[in-house]
Amino acid sequence: MSDGFEITEQCSGNRFHCEPGQSVLKAMEQQGLKCVPVGCRGGGCGFCKVTVLSGDYECGKMSRVHVPPESRACGEVLACRIYPLSNLTIECRPREVVETARQQTTTKSMR
Amino acid sequence: MRKGVMRPGHVQIRVLDMDAAVKHYTDLLGLIETDRDDQGRVYLKAWTEVDKFSVVLREADEPGCDFMAFKVVDEPSLQQLEKDLVEHGVDIEQVPEGELKDCGRRVRFKAPSGHTFELYADKQYTGKWGITEVNPEAWPRNLEGMKVVRFDHCLMYGPELAATYDLFVNVLGFYLAEQVLDGDGTRIAQFLSLSTKAHDIAFIHHEEMGKFHHASFYLETWEDVLRAADLISMTDTSIDIGPTRHGLTHGKTIYFFDPSGNRNEVFCGGDYNYPDHKPVTWQAEQLGKAIFYHDRVLNERFLTVLT
Ligand code: FES
Ligand SMILES: [Fe+2]
Repeated sequence: MSDGFEITEQCSGNRFHCEPGQSVLKAMEQQGLKCVPVGCRGGGCGFCKVTVLSGDYECGKMSRVHVPPESRACGEVLACRIYPLSNLTIECRPREVVETARQQTTTKSMR
Repeated sequence: MRKGVMRPGHVQIRVLDMDAAVKHYTDLLGLIETDRDDQGRVYLKAWTEVDKFSVVLREADEPGCDFMAFKVVDEPSLQQLEKDLVEHGVDIEQVPEGELKDCGRRVRFKAPSGHTFELYADKQYTGKWGITEVNPEAWPRNLEGMKVVRFDHCLMYGPELAATYDLFVNVLGFYLAEQVLDGDGTRIAQFLSLSTKAHDIAFIHHEEMGKFHHASFYLETWEDVLRAADLISMTDTSIDIGPTRHGLTHGKTIYFFDPSGNRNEVFCGGDYNYPDHKPVTWQAEQLGKAIFYHDRVLNERFLTVLT
């Protein structure tokens, strides 16, 4: 086995290899996978948001509007700005599902 | 420039990491660093620009655009525009001379789209960079990267396009160069100009207020756009799309991202207008072709990835 870590994206079941120091999003793109949407690749647009379910990682700079400290603490981070330190299991829910869930939550909370 | 608003003057862009941003805008785009201030902001210009700076970088924990400014021909015009803005019901904020180094007072206001704009009449004239004013050579030999010619325009995403049009056209003296209309005749994109250029500022309809799509820099030729694409690959810079051609404006273009996720464009060519030209219209059904003339389909990223 060469250096590096294995990333598993739970919704798609996709698994891919990530080199040390490489971002999860970049590793995914290099292997031709599409389980996480690719936006700016710079931590600015929030397009690649994922939840890390298990494993250790380091974070680069991420826009505070997309990753406020609370989100970061519960593993809601940007795939283009996380660098694994172990194997990771991540989850990227398709956008429509997230949107519907969000709308339902606002509807509920407005009642 | 019917009301004395002359041209784009500067844009202040928020970045997550200043060192990475300066390297991107200088080494890759070829802007020249001209100053820094005690807030840590970095001032840059493109080589053909005659004033001291056109891009200001500010480190912040959220990328995006703080404001874009237009230069007004003189102080009396600025005073008149100030009055006209107030009369139009716009709240204006006075930004004192020197708040940006070597820049005169600025009049700041928010457009209905949620974006902040400024007008100013004075900025230190430093002349074109690297060439003499008398008997100038064609270009300076020590430019870096893409060697961008000038800061050209911004594209903003936000709501209230009609009210924003009213402000820019009727108060500030821009004209509509190009538009996209949906089936009901509602304008969903407006390209506004002060000059013969295809656009000095553009807006595309978007629900969320005040979003920044891109800042664009001018290149002379298609060969320069291809060379920019080579440099984007050589430096492993995040690419968006291109090289390709727009239907809107017919400019030849490439989009990429700065290290904080702000989108940049470098482009060449594009249509020109004179006052007897009618605005060019694209229908929303043809939006794919209007934006990417060759692919003829929109990618979701172009519509939703913003800072
Ligand atoms: S792709 Fe834009 S934040 Fe990750
Ligand atoms: Fe543009």
